[in-house]
Amino acid sequence: MSQTIVKPSRPWLPSPRERATDLGLLLVTFLTSYAVVELTPMKGKLAYFFVFFFAFALYSLIKGSITRDFMNGVDQFFSIVMLLGMTLVIIPTADILYTVFDKGRKGIHSGLLTTDMGLATPSDPITNGGLLHAITGTLILVLVALLISLPIGILTALYLTEIKGGFTRPIRFLVQAMSGVPSIVAGLFILSSIIYPITKSYSGLAGSLALTILMIPTIARTAEEVLNLIPNDLREAGVALGGTQWRTVAMVVVPAARSGLITAMILGVARIVGETAPILLVTGGGDTVNLDPTSGAMGSLPFYIWKSFLIGTEESIARGWAGLLVLLVLVLILFTLARFLGTRRMK
Amino acid sequence: MTTPSSLASVASAAASARKVGTKSLGIGLETRGVHAWFGKHHALANVTLDFAAGTVTALIGPSGCGKSTFIRTLNRMHEFIPGAAMAGEVLLDGVDIYESGTDVTKIRLKIGMVFQKPNPFPSMTIGENVLSGLKLAQLKNSQKDELMQECLVRAGLWNEVKDRLNAHGGSLSGGQQQRLCIARALAVNPQVLLMDEPCSALDPGSTLRIEETIKELSETMTIIIVTHNMQQAARVSDFTAFFLADGGPGEMIETAPTSQIFTQPQDKRTENYVTGRFG
Repeated sequence: MSQTIVKPSRPWLPSPRERATDLGLLLVTFLTSYAVVELTPMKGKLAYFFVFFFAFALYSLIKGSITRDFMNGVDQFFSIVMLLGMTLVIIPTADILYTVFDKGRKGIHSGLLTTDMGLATPSDPITNGGLLHAITGTLILVLVALLISLPIGILTALYLTEIKGGFTRPIRFLVQAMSGVPSIVAGLFILSSIIYPITKSYSGLAGSLALTILMIPTIARTAEEVLNLIPNDLREAGVALGGTQWRTVAMVVVPAARSGLITAMILGVARIVGETAPILLVTGGGDTVNLDPTSGAMGSLPFYIWKSFLIGTEESIARGWAGLLVLLVLVLILFTLARFLGTRRMK
Repeated sequence: MTTPSSLASVASAAASARKVGTKSLGIGLETRGVHAWFGKHHALANVTLDFAAGTVTALIGPSGCGKSTFIRTLNRMHEFIPGAAMAGEVLLDGVDIYESGTDVTKIRLKIGMVFQKPNPFPSMTIGENVLSGLKLAQLKNSQKDELMQECLVRAGLWNEVKDRLNAHGGSLSGGQQQRLCIARALAVNPQVLLMDEPCSALDPGSTLRIEETIKELSETMTIIIVTHNMQQAARVSDFTAFFLADGGPGEMIETAPTSQIFTQPQDKRTENYVTGRFG
C-alpha cells in the first residue's frame, strides 16, 4: 500500500505575484494622493482620505479590467467602495472610544467605584467622592425598566406573529409610531401623568417607567422580526404532536428564537442605558446611593455626566469623562454577560 | 421507463410479505364527501375514502391535485392556513373529528403527522426531540428512557444515535432527521400516521430505510402516505388512491388494492398516470 504525502494548500489565495501587484498598486495610490494634495487646492486629512480611496478604486477598476475583464474591474471597484463605507463607520466609532478612554482615565481613582458624591461637590479635587450612586442608580433604572418592558415587548411580538388577531395592524402601527417618540416626551408624559398628579415626588421608578416607554417598541419590533424568521414548519410540527398553540409557542417557537430574543433585549437596553432627557425630568438625580426605586431621588450615570459637564470646572469635566468611561465599560460588561448566558445551553 | 407489470410485481410482493391488520386498531379512518377551499379557490372536491385499520394507503397523483390538502384535512392541520375552509366528514372510529366541541389537540395526538421537510426542533437534543410530544401534550410517562429507545428503534434510528442522544437534532443528516421526526411522532402512540411526501428530500438509501420503517409500523397503526414516487407506492402500500385535478378542483379518481391500480386500473386517466404517459 503506497501512500503519497499530500500537503494541504489554499489555491484560492492570491499568489506572491498578485500580492506584489496589489502592493505596487497601493504604493502608486499613496503617491497619487500625495501628488494630488500637493498640486491642487485640496488640503488636510480629509483630502488625503478621499483622494486615496477614489484613486484606489479607480486603479483597481483599471487593473481588474486589464488582467481579467471589465466585469472583474467593476467587482474590484465596488470592493473598494465597500471598504470606504466600512472605514467611514469605523473611524468615528474608534475615535469616540479612544477619546472617552483617553480623557476618562484621568478621572479614575481608587475610590471611584466605592464612594458617592454625598460629601463632595463636582468641583472638588478629583479624588473626592465617586460614582457608586450613579452606577447603582443606572443598574436599578435599567433593571426595573427591563423587567417591565421585556415581558410586554415579547408578548406584543408574540401577538403580532403567533396570534395574528384582529388588532395586529393597529398594534403594529402603534409600536412603530412609539419607536419614534422623542425621549423627552416620554419623560414629560411620566412627569405629567404620574409625578404631578399622584406621587408628587421624584423616584427611580418614575425614571424606569419613562425608559419603559422607549424600550417596549424597540424590543417588540426586534422580537417580531426574529419570530417571523422561525420557520412555520416548527409551529406545524408542534401542533401536529398534540400541543396547544400556547405550549407550542412556549416550548418550540420561543426556544428556537432565544438567541434573537436576547439580541432584542440587548438592543432595548442599548436604547435606554444612556438616555438622559427623561432621567433629568423624573428621577431627581440624587448624590447618594439610593437602592429603593420607589422613593427618593436616584442618581444615574447619564445624570452624573450631564451635571458634571454643566458645572464646567476642570475637575468636574474630568469627572464627566470618567463617568462616560464607566458607562461604556458597564454596557460592555452587561452585553457580554447577556451573550454568554444566552448562548450557553440551558440544562 | 417503469412498466406497469414491474410495479405490480413489486406491489404484490410487498403485500404478500406481511399480513394485514393483525391487532385490534379500531376501525380506522373514513372520509365522507370531503371538500377543501383556500379562500375562493376550490382545491379538493368530494373525496370519500376508507382507510382500514392496520393498512398502508398511498395517495398518488400529479402536483397540485390536492393530495397534500386532503391529508392535512385528516388531522385538522388544514385549518392553520388563513382563509382555509372545508366540508364533509372525517370519521375516526366512527366519530367525526370536525364535530363541534371536539378537542383538536386530542385528535392530533391520535392522528400523527410526518412532514415533507424534516423539521426537528432546533432547540432540543435528539432525545428531547423524541419525547417532545409528551411535553407538548402534557402526557405523563414514567419510563421515558425506555419509550425514547423504543421509538428510535421503531424508526430505525437507534443504532446511529444511541451514543449521542444529547447532540442537537440539527447535527443529523437529512434522512436521519426525517427518521427522528418519525420517532417523535411515534412517541405519543398515534392510531393513524399521516406522511406527506416523507422521502421527497432524501437520498435513495434513507428512502429505503424509511420504507422499511413504514412496513414495520403498519403492524401497529394505520398509515396514509402521499408520494410522488410510484415505485414507493407500489413497495409500501396495500391500497392506492389516485388523485387528479383536471382544470377544476382535485378529485379522487380511483382507489383500489395497490397491485390492481398498477395492473388493471379501471379509469383511463389512472392508467395514463401509472404508465408514465403524463404527470
